[in-house]
Amino acid sequence: MIDFELSPKIRATKNMVHMFAENAIRPIAREYDEKEHEKPWELFKMVQKVMGSMMGGGLGGGEAKEEKPEGGEKKPRETNLMTAVTVEEIFWGDAGIALSFPGGGLGGAAVQASGTPEQREKFLARFSGEEPCWGAMAITEPEAGSDTANIKTTAVLDGDEWVLNGEKIFVTSGKSALEDSKGFVVVWATVDRSAGRAGIKPFIVEHGTPGMQITKIEDKMGIRCSDTVSLSFMDCRIPKENILGSPEVMDKTKTEGFKKVMATFDATRPMVAAMAIGVGRAALDFIKEALAEQGVEIRYGISPNRMTVLEREIMQMEADLKAARLLTWRAVWMLDNGERNDLQASMAKAKAGAAVTRITQKAVELMGPLGYSRECMLEKWMRDSKINDIFEGTGQIQLLITARRLLDFGRDQLK
Amino acid sequence: MVSFELSDEQRMVQETVASFARDQMEPLMRESEESGAVPDEVIAKGWELGLLGGCIPEEYEGFGEGLSALTSVIALEELGSGDLAMALHLMSPTVLAYAVMDQGTEEQKKSYLPRFCGEEFTPAACALVEPRYDFCPSALTTTAEREYDEYVLNGRKCLVALARESDLMMAFAATQPGMGFAGVDAFIIPRDTKGVEIGEREKNMGVNALATYPVTFKDCRVPVSAKLGGEEGCDYLRLLSRCRLGLAALAVGMGKRAVQHSRDYARDRVAFGEPIGSRQAIAFMLAEMAIEVDATRLLTWEAAWRCDKGIDFCKEAALAKNYAADMAMMVGDRSVQIMGGHGYIRENPVELWFRNARGLAAFEGMVMV
Ligand SMILES: Cc1cc2nc3c(=O)[nH]c(=O)nc-3n(C[C@H](O)[C@H](O)[C@H](O)COP(=O)(O)OP(=O)(O)OC[C@H]3O[C@@H](n4cnc5c(N)ncnc54)[C@H](O)[C@@H]3O)c2cc1C
Repeated sequence: MIDFELSPKIRATKNMVHMFAENAIRPIAREYDEKEHEKPWELFKMVQKVMGSMMGGGLGGGEAKEEKPEGGEKKPRETNLMTAVTVEEIFWGDAGIALSFPGGGLGGAAVQASGTPEQREKFLARFSGEEPCWGAMAITEPEAGSDTANIKTTAVLDGDEWVLNGEKIFVTSGKSALEDSKGFVVVWATVDRSAGRAGIKPFIVEHGTPGMQITKIEDKMGIRCSDTVSLSFMDCRIPKENILGSPEVMDKTKTEGFKKVMATFDATRPMVAAMAIGVGRAALDFIKEALAEQGVEIRYGISPNRMTVLEREIMQMEADLKAARLLTWRAVWMLDNGERNDLQASMAKAKAGAAVTRITQKAVELMGPLGYSRECMLEKWMRDSKINDIFEGTGQIQLLITARRLLDFGRDQLK
Repeated sequence: MVSFELSDEQRMVQETVASFARDQMEPLMRESEESGAVPDEVIAKGWELGLLGGCIPEEYEGFGEGLSALTSVIALEELGSGDLAMALHLMSPTVLAYAVMDQGTEEQKKSYLPRFCGEEFTPAACALVEPRYDFCPSALTTTAEREYDEYVLNGRKCLVALARESDLMMAFAATQPGMGFAGVDAFIIPRDTKGVEIGEREKNMGVNALATYPVTFKDCRVPVSAKLGGEEGCDYLRLLSRCRLGLAALAVGMGKRAVQHSRDYARDRVAFGEPIGSRQAIAFMLAEMAIEVDATRLLTWEAAWRCDKGIDFCKEAALAKNYAADMAMMVGDRSVQIMGGHGYIRENPVELWFRNARGLAAFEGMVMV
């Protein structure tokens, strides 16, 4: 049965998280935007205490498809929906702080989705410990962003160790994972450049591994609380068993490893959409309250040709935001039900990224000079939201994936 | 608990109507547009689906369990994928029938509902839209003034589908002008009532198979009992919102069909040695079309779900309808663009979708869920 009502469990969590976002995150949002490279440690310690045990794999990590339950009985699951709803609330509070929350992040999600049971045990336990801990994922290189298959970082097996060489950029929470806590980073490297995609494998590199260095911490337009770093690998040696996933991953002829980690995105992309929606909702809530205070009424239900420009904009923002949320919920619902959702995940992220970028820009515009002032949060949300149209696959890459699926075209047929 | 899964019944309705749309409606779409008439066989076969009678309870001679906005929306999407004019023709009685079911007095239900439960298609008209550039459903200029035990209607309407073909018409008029939505009531008026003047058939940009007429009310007197809901009147905004969900669903259906068509064409058509779909300029248009169709469907479902749940849904319905109208224009336009010059030729369906899409923005009323 089609139903849009959140279960009592999710609703209760949503309310709780919203209160937390409103009282603990929003009040310090501006401060940690201005301070840029500092963390709200007090908050994070508290978050770790409360959520550490609950979150496991970590926020924004999502949870990939579960293996078919034995006996075929399908229990309704809503773990991913729960995460999406929670993420929206926290990001409503503040995107920069929320993105820096302790947890496994993308790295944790990759281990969760494609790690062996031993790897999961070994690497994920730390996120439910006493101290805040972070995971990170390093794919992007100076010469390879959207074109992930073009990465140049190499991994060479030398006895019982892999030796990594190369340079990674834009690693979210790289400093948090490797310097501020006892975390790890999942690094993508090629074991054989001539093998193309099939040669690319994910490796888990622990904090403090010799040969790995943070070479730069980026200054950014938005989400400033979140650290984004460059990593260099110079003869960085890691144990052989730190290649992520089962032994077949090592096979150079198979794209299994690449595909499996890529499948993580089916779970994380809707979460990025949920992040965007949280920020967009913050802006929309703000502007609607501001208008209500001014006694401006939005006349829903009148003909479009009778609407003021303001009314039209607000209604479009509202409908766009809701559409993005429903597409996101659909994508996570499919995941919760064990259905293939790569198409829907990309559709949701494409819509949310574009819609929220527009919504936050419009909100600034509609407030006139007030919108541009740093006294007001709107300008910050406009800066923060833009990243959702860029990371974890730009808007264009989402359209590309969507179009390939629609057209049933391979990457050689639609570049 | 959130779910996007149709019930078994909804899936059955969806499949049945989808195959009707594909096999019976679409093949005749062009012919009926050009000839300006919906073929009788489509109407007869469409009526056999029992979409309307299936909603009317047994006590009023129907065979249904009552109205579900969601199920209606699902059926209308499929009809919309067949052809807009045929769908509006076939579903024209819904406005009167569902409005009576939803808000009529017991007497009104008894006297009007059974006529829509027969074996023959029974049209009914809806007079809502007015011929003014600044038409707005919250500010109707058609008025209904109370005089003793009668109401006197005055004003002009347009886009009244099947006005001449229907015995009954539901007319919306302001009983309290200036009171916005709250000041409007609905009246059930037999076609041959004195003071009802049905003009020459209208000529519109699209949906030409659907016969629409201007209607003028000149001191048209109807008994108080003709007012929907009796003395208390009706919740006009609620009725209007149910209509909006219907139009939004039709837009989704049309959009879905246009995306399929564009997709197939983009795979087949070769330019510069490659299918045009291999170029991002085309592929990205297509991706955005598909995203917006799905977005509109979900907005429509959500509003319909609220309606069924008894939660206020008027704002959601308005947002969904406006969103649907914008989506339909965007999708219609791009489906023409993707076919290039061929899209401009009337042999191909896309130019009709493009013209019909504009109608969806201008229409109000016409169909109800
Ligand atoms: C704050 C921040 C955090 C990040 N976090 C991480 C992280 O944790 N881990 C990580 O690995 N990476 C991370 N990234 C990197 C991010 O994923 C990439 O920046 C993104 O994928 C785009 O790659 P690029 O910057 O190299 O742009 P490019 O790939 O060079 O793209 C430039 C432009 O070209 C377009 N384009 C590229 N290819 C195509 C195509 N085939 N068709 C059409 N258009 C195309 C893009 O859409 C874009 O508009 C982060 C980036 C930022 C800014």
